[in-house]
Formats: sequence, C-alpha cells, structure tokens
Amino acid sequence: MNAPQAADPILEVQDVSLSFKGVKAISGLSFVVRRGEICALIGPNGAGKSSLLNVLNGVYRPDSGELVFEGIHYRGITPLEAARRGIGRTFQNNALFKRMGVLDNVLSGLSRHARTGFFAQALGLPAARGEARAFRELAEHTLEFLELQAWRDTPVGSLAYGLQKRVELGRALIAGPRLLLLDEPMAGMNADEKREMSRFVTEINRSFGTTVVLIEHDIGVVMGLSAHVVVLDYGRKVGDGTPAEVKANPDVIAAYLGAVQQEGART
Amino acid sequence: MSSQSQPLSPSFSRPFEHALLEVAARPFPWGPGALLVVAFGLLPWLADDYWLNAILIPFLVLSLAGLGLNLLTGYTGQTSVGSAGFMAVGAFATYAFLLRVPALPLPLALLAGGAIAAGAGFVFGIPSKRIKGFYLMVTTLAAQFFLEWVFTKFPWFYNHASSGTISAPRLEVFGHDISGPGGRYVLTLSVVALLTWIAHNLVRGQVGRNWTAIRDMDTAAAVIGIEVDRYKRLAFAVSSFYLGIAGALWTFAYLGTASASSFDINRSFQILFIIIIGGMGSIAGNFIGAAFISLLPLFLSQAGQALLGSSVDPGQIQNLQKIIFGALIIAFLIKEPEGLARMLRRFAARLAVWPLRF
Repeated sequence: MNAPQAADPILEVQDVSLSFKGVKAISGLSFVVRRGEICALIGPNGAGKSSLLNVLNGVYRPDSGELVFEGIHYRGITPLEAARRGIGRTFQNNALFKRMGVLDNVLSGLSRHARTGFFAQALGLPAARGEARAFRELAEHTLEFLELQAWRDTPVGSLAYGLQKRVELGRALIAGPRLLLLDEPMAGMNADEKREMSRFVTEINRSFGTTVVLIEHDIGVVMGLSAHVVVLDYGRKVGDGTPAEVKANPDVIAAYLGAVQQEGART
Repeated sequence: MSSQSQPLSPSFSRPFEHALLEVAARPFPWGPGALLVVAFGLLPWLADDYWLNAILIPFLVLSLAGLGLNLLTGYTGQTSVGSAGFMAVGAFATYAFLLRVPALPLPLALLAGGAIAAGAGFVFGIPSKRIKGFYLMVTTLAAQFFLEWVFTKFPWFYNHASSGTISAPRLEVFGHDISGPGGRYVLTLSVVALLTWIAHNLVRGQVGRNWTAIRDMDTAAAVIGIEVDRYKRLAFAVSSFYLGIAGALWTFAYLGTASASSFDINRSFQILFIIIIGGMGSIAGNFIGAAFISLLPLFLSQAGQALLGSSVDPGQIQNLQKIIFGALIIAFLIKEPEGLARMLRRFAARLAVWPLRF
C-alpha cells in the first residue's frame, strides 16, 4: 500500500463540470490523485465516472473547471496530446483492433513513438528495421509481463473477454504512461479473473511506479487494491479518502443503498 | 509542454556496420527467391509470345492494381470503386512525361506518372476525413467518372490525336529496346517485384499497423495516438501510386494503345473482384485473385470447346463467365471475406497435421 500523504500530486481535478445538452454529468468535482497511488473511482451507474475519465484524457472538454497534470494546467486537450503527455487509458467496452493479432494490438500502442519516416519503412532501411526490432522487443516484454505470450498471433476478436481486457492493458502499458486510466478493467470477469487482473494492476503500479486511476464496481476488489477511493453520485463527489473512511461515510452508504433521507430514490 | 512520455527502453540507434552484418545474417527468403528465379530465369524462355503477351503481362499488371486497391480497401478499410480512374491518371501522366520530356528514361517516367496519380489519390482522399463507408465509396465513384471525363474531354492529354488514344512513343531502358514481348514482360515483372517488396515492408511495419488499426476501429486508433486522417490520406496516395503505375504498364506494356475507355468503371470492378476473390488484407491474395480472373476465362473456353465441341457460341461462353464471376463474388463475400489466400493458408495448415486430423 502507498502512503498518499507522502507523495506530491500528479493529477488535480479542480471544480470540473460537464453537461450534455443541459444534463449535468459532472458538477463541481474536485479531488487530487497523488503520484504512485492507485485511486479507485466508485459510484452507481450514471454517476459520471466514465465521463470523468473522458475528460481526463481529452475525449470530452469540461464546461468549466481545470485539470492539472504534473503541474501543467489544461482544460481542452486532444486524446493524442494526453497520450503524448503520458496519460494511457483503456475503455469500458474494449476498443481493440479485432482482426489484428495480440502482438500487433500491443505494438499499436507505440505508434506515436515511431520516429522513422514513411520512406525508411517502405524501403526497409536499417533505421526502420532497428526501430521495428526495438519495438518488437518491448512488445515481447509486455506480453511476458501480462502472461499473454501464448496468444501472440491470435486475432484479438477471437479471444475470451478477460484476455481482451489484458491485451488492452498491454496496449496502454507499452507506451510507458505515468498515469494509467482504467475504465472497469474487471467488468464481466469471474472471481479468478478479477484476482488476476488485480495482481497485474498492483504489479504495474509497483514495478513501474505508474499512477493508476480505475473505475470498479466490485467494492471488495476496490478495498483490496487501492489506498484512495473517490465516490461519485449524480456527478458529485460524495466521498473521498481511504477505503475505511469511505466505507463509514453515511453519504456513500446512502448513494449505494438508496437511503430514505435522499430524495429521488433510485433503483 | 511537459516532457514526452517515453517507451520502456528508448535506445534504437545502432552503429551502421552492425546493421550491415545483420543484413548479411538475415535468413534468405527461399519462397519469394524461388518464385523470382522461375519468373525471371525460366518463364521468358519457356513461355511463347502468346503466353507472355496475353496471359503473363496482364496477370502481373492486374496483380499490381489489386495490390494498390488492397492497400486502401483491404488494409485501411476504405472501399474504392475509382481504381481505374487512378490507373488512367498514371497512364496519361506517364505518356505526357515520355512525350514532352524526351530525355526522361522510362523507369523515371513511370515513377513520375505514379507520383502524379498519388497526388490525385491524395486529393480524392481528402473527403475521407468527414465521410465514411458507403458515402466515401460514392465519392470514389465520382472520382472514376470525373477522371474518365477529363481524359476524354481535354485533347492535350492524348496529344490531340484524332483517335483520342495514347501509345508508347518508345520503350527502352538504358539504351536496350524492350518493345518485344520478352522485354515488356521483364519490365513489368521487375516493377511488380519491386513494388510488392515495398508493400510488404509497409504492411509489416508501423505504417501498415496504423492502417489496419484504422480499418478495425478508427475511433480507438485516434485515441491511442494514431493520426487517422493523415494515414487515410496516405493510404489513398500510396494506393493510387500503385494503381497509376499499373495503369501505365497496362497501356505501354500490355495494350500498346489505350484511351480513357480502357479505364472505365468495369476495370475498377474487375480490380475490386480480384481482391475480393484473392483476399482482402493479403499481399499474396492479389496474385491469386489476378491469376484466377485471368485464367478462368481461358479455362472456360477450353472446357467449353472440349465438352461441347466447336458448336458452342463464344458469346454464350462470355455470358457464362459473367454468371460464374457473379456467383463467386457473392459466395466469397458471404463465406470467405478473406478470399482464396485465406483458404489456401487453412488448407496448408490442415495438410501440415494431415494424418492426425483432416
């Protein structure tokens, strides 16, 4: 476990609001993610968790508020720019290249790091071959780390769902991100697969010092994995702290169990 | 801006002599090597003029055109029915260079013609930024008709010839006359071999990976940092470069004389059929598809004569061909979108474990 109070903030969300055609998805949200921690975002469906990740890596532009990543303030950013700055991410519904093999999918995460030009690649010049070999080595390391070697050339579309999630993690990981955003990395998995995925996330965090922000519904998994939990409900923050603090927070219990004092009871 | 994110180990540069040693140590590609030895060394001696002229040269040119379209459609996922239009650009541009810059050697004129076609492809690829799928296909259809019209309407392109046709002013490479069937065959084969090797390098490398990523899911490609619009336009340009050179070879190495109507919409469909039957997203598939489409008519007329004698009407056989092609295309689209290349691979894989499980 990390000690959140010891490290400097890598990401600050400052009073961020986002709405779609008048419907508030996130309103006045602020929290801090510290370098090297695993921060879990939890909350009921429609609480704005995925929207928040989309704001963080530039898929959506917030209506107001600001983000600070590694000391640099930003609001409108393109996903490409976010990736360049070192923010990697995976998606809730896997966004993989289905007809490409596992190795090629992982390698595609390095696209923006390619330095050799079109003609060098077309003519197979030594520089292009050298880069291809270096990329391939990195990809092999990534496959080894995530225990995916057995499926190196299998088209991703034919893999089991849990393995696909791992391939997507590999594609984000190979570029060496400093902040990794994982949107429900364990959705639709059985207990064994969840344990395995938790192990990989922990290992990435430990071996590479990667800061992780993840969305997860399984409270048991979240409590074991992360030292810092942020709870969202209706686009607002209702809890922020260690798992124990959050668990004891009456607002969080209300959000999850639909307590009587809250108006607009949910199903 | 902040520091760039770095891959896990960022050292790619190696001394040049290491690279040379590595080239020497690389395993020799026996399969393609053997094919080239047969194609360059044996076929020009074994095949008679009829085979070179009527079968091998058009087969090679159609393979090249298929390769061009496959880079765009099979690898990048942008369907085009304007292939013949870009072939026409290559043919007429090469003709203009040969005619108006007499000092330019034929290989350079081909290259320049290809470059002009690439430019045309780039321009017609610009809408791919906004338009997808069926509607993009319609813009390539517009390109087809527009280009055909341009090369009919403006006499400058065919040097004001009353027939509206172009033909090769001279066919020589480094002082050697190559206007005979053997010479034209070797020219075509050399160009096709070189461009196939380049296509192989491209699809195996980062460029090809970006293309297939766009084909499979362009939104995801954009989010992980692939410049989708740029790589789509690049695919249009490279594809048209290949098609342009194929168009020039079609005119100067095969037909001898051509007009805009040699590159009509039927030619575009023929090339599309080659990649559907041969295999989308496969380099070998273009050659298999082109061989199929060039040999099937021959086979059918031979079989027709053998079975029915000389009584059968050649017109009937042509109709029969069209029916068979139509049925095959439907069958491939439904049953095996990756074409004959995929079927052959699967067959080979089964054969490798044959006694165990077939």
